[in-house]
Amino acid sequence: MVALQIREARKSFGSTCALAGLSLALDGGEMLGLLGPNGAGKTTLIRAIAGRVRLDGGSVALFGQVLATGQRRPALGVVPQENALYPLLTARENLEAFGRMNGLTGKRLRERASWALEWTGLAERAKSPVREFSGGMKRRLNLACGVLHEPKLVLLDEPTVAVDPQSRELIYDMLGALRATGTALLLTTHYLEEAEARCERIVIVDHGHAIASGTLSELVRQAGLSGRRVRLSLDRAVSRAPEGFTLENAGAALSATISDVAGELPGLLARLTALGLGVRDLEVRSASLQTVFLALTGKELRE
Amino acid sequence: MIGMLIANSWKQLRRDRGAQVLAFVVPIAFFSIFAVIFGPKGNSVTGTSRVVVAVADESVTERSRALIAALQADSSLRVLTHTRGQKPRVPAPFTRAIVEDMVKTGDVSVALVLPAGIDTSIMSFTADRARALVLYDPSDPVASRVVGGLLQRAALRSTGLLGRSVPDTAEAGAASGDDGEAESLLLPLRIESRALLGTKRDNPMVAFYAAGVAVMFIMFSAASAGGVLIEETESGTLERVLTTGLGMGKLLVAKWLYITSLGVLQITVMFTWGMLVFHLPLLEHLAGFAIMTVCTASAAAAFGLVLATLSRTRQQLSGLANLLVLSLNAIGGSMFPRFLMSESLQKFSLVGFNAWALDGYLKVFWREQPLASLVPQVAMLLGFSALFLVLARQLARRWEAV
Repeated sequence: MVALQIREARKSFGSTCALAGLSLALDGGEMLGLLGPNGAGKTTLIRAIAGRVRLDGGSVALFGQVLATGQRRPALGVVPQENALYPLLTARENLEAFGRMNGLTGKRLRERASWALEWTGLAERAKSPVREFSGGMKRRLNLACGVLHEPKLVLLDEPTVAVDPQSRELIYDMLGALRATGTALLLTTHYLEEAEARCERIVIVDHGHAIASGTLSELVRQAGLSGRRVRLSLDRAVSRAPEGFTLENAGAALSATISDVAGELPGLLARLTALGLGVRDLEVRSASLQTVFLALTGKELRE
Repeated sequence: MIGMLIANSWKQLRRDRGAQVLAFVVPIAFFSIFAVIFGPKGNSVTGTSRVVVAVADESVTERSRALIAALQADSSLRVLTHTRGQKPRVPAPFTRAIVEDMVKTGDVSVALVLPAGIDTSIMSFTADRARALVLYDPSDPVASRVVGGLLQRAALRSTGLLGRSVPDTAEAGAASGDDGEAESLLLPLRIESRALLGTKRDNPMVAFYAAGVAVMFIMFSAASAGGVLIEETESGTLERVLTTGLGMGKLLVAKWLYITSLGVLQITVMFTWGMLVFHLPLLEHLAGFAIMTVCTASAAAAFGLVLATLSRTRQQLSGLANLLVLSLNAIGGSMFPRFLMSESLQKFSLVGFNAWALDGYLKVFWREQPLASLVPQVAMLLGFSALFLVLARQLARRWEAV
C-alpha cells in the first residue's frame, strides 16, 4: 500500500517559492531518501506532511487519506533534526510525555516506554535527566520519542547529524528494525553516502521540484553519468591534459570517463604510454550519489 | 587589543535592539515615570499631591466653620465635608462614623473630627477642653501631620491674637506629634491623633509592604516562566509538540495553569515566611489571602504569556519584562504608595492589573475589610486574565501552521 502520496505540492512564502508542484510517493515498509541542497524545499515538504505548513495547492495523502492542515495524524511519527526533548526530565519521563501527546495512555504507554528504553539501549539510564546524556544518547531518545506510538510512516530529519560512527550504526540498526515491522521511512540527510547505502530509493529536490528519483543506478542514468570514471596517477606531473583526459591533483593525475571498461581501458593506457607517461596507480569507479547530486544540482553554493 | 575589544562590544550593542532598549529606553521610561510621580504638578507640601482630608463637623458653629474654611483655603489640602449626593441623594454632612469608615476603606488617609465644644476650647488651656480628633492611616505618615499643623495655624488665626507669625506647615506638622494627644500650652488647640489601621500588630507596615513585594515578584516570576515557550521554540520541542496534534489553545491553557499554580505556591511561601519571621497575620486572613493570591497569580500568569508570545527571543522577553513590570509597579503602588501620586496618576495606575491586585491585598491585610469588599478587585483581575489569555492566543498564531 502507498504510505505517502504527495501530489503537486505548492507553497510560497511571500515572493519565495518553496514548493513548486512537488510530487512523490512512498510505499509501506520502504525507506526513501529525500535529498537536496539547502533551501531546496525539503523542510517545507516535511512540515507540510506533518501538518505544520498549509499548502497553497496540491495534496498530502497518508495511506490513501487526503489530510487537511492541522488534522491529527496518528499514523505519522516525526523525528526532528533538533533533539527536541525536555532536558530536565528523565528519559522515561520524556518518552511518556511524548507518548501521551501521541495518544498513548495507561499500561500501553508504560509498556511502550519500556520497549523504547530497551530499543535505544537506554534502559539503565531511564531515570537520568536527559541533560546528562551524550549527543548519541539524545539522538536515540529523540528517535524513540517519534516512534513510540507505532506510526506506520516516520519522517526522519537528519537523524544522525552530529553523532559518532558507532551511534550512527546503532541508529540505522534501529531504523532497520522499524522497517522490518513494515514501517515506511522518509529520510532527509546531507550524508549522501548514508542515503546511498541505506535507502532503496532516493528523491532529489531542488527549487521546489523533485528533479530526479529512483534507485542509485536510475539516478545515474537520469544524470547522464552512466559511464565509469577512470583515475590514473602518473609517475610525473604534466601541465596539459591529453585529449579526452581531465587534469587532477595539480597535474599528478588524469581522469577520463569510459562506458566499456574491458574495451576502452587498454587503449587509454596505450595512449599514455605512447606519450611517455607512466601510470603508477589506476582506479575505476561508477558514479557515486555525490557525483549524481552535484551533476543534478550544480556546485553553486546555496544559502 | 583592549581598544579592539571595546570596539567589538560597541558594535554588538549597536546591533542588539534588546540590549539597546535595556540600556537606553528603560532608563528614560523610569526617569519619566518618577518625574511624573514626584514632579511639580502635584502642588502640595509633599511635592506630589494634595492631602485629601474628610472633615466631620460635630460642633457646627461659626468658629468650626471658620476652621474648615481656613483648611479649604490652603492649597496643600483638599477638604471633603459632605457625601457625594448619591447615597443619600442629597449631599449630607459627614459624620464621625462616615469619616472613620473613609479612612478604614482607604478613600482618604486622614480625617478630622471637630467635636461639640471645639469652638470654645480654642486658647482656653483648661484640662478638660474639647479635643479635635485626627483619624489617620499610618501607611501615609505625612497626611496626619500636615492636617494637624494646618489646623493649629487655622485656630491661631481664628483667634486674631496672632497675625502672620504662625508656624509654617512643617513646623506646625511636627507640633501635632504622633499617636496620642498633642498637648502644649503654646498650642491653641488640643488635638488627639488616632491611627485606625495596623494598631493590633507588632510590625504593622509589614502587612502593607508584603502586598507590594508579592505583586511585583509574581509579575517577574510569571514573565520568566512564560519564557519557557521561547526556549521550547528554540529547542524544537514546541514544533514537535504541535506536530502531535495538540492545539496551541490547549498548550497555552496548560502553561497558564502551571504558571498560575507556581505563582500561588511562590506567594504562599513568601507570606508564610512573613508570618513566621515578621509576624504577618496570614492565618487571620487566610480566605482573603487565598482569593487574592489565586486571582493575582492567574492575571500575572496570563500577563507572562502575553510577554512571551510577543517576544522572539529570551533577550527581547527580558527587556520587555523589565520595562513593563518595573513601570507598572512604579505607578501601581508596589514601589511606593499610590497616595503619594497625583490623583490623575492614581486613576491612571488602574490600567495595570497589579494596582488592583495590590488594592485587594491591602483590603485583606491592611484595611481588614470583609471578603465581599474584594468583588471589584476579583472581577477586574479575572477580567485581565481573560483579556491577556485572548491576546496571548492571538499572538501565538505565529507558531501555528503557516
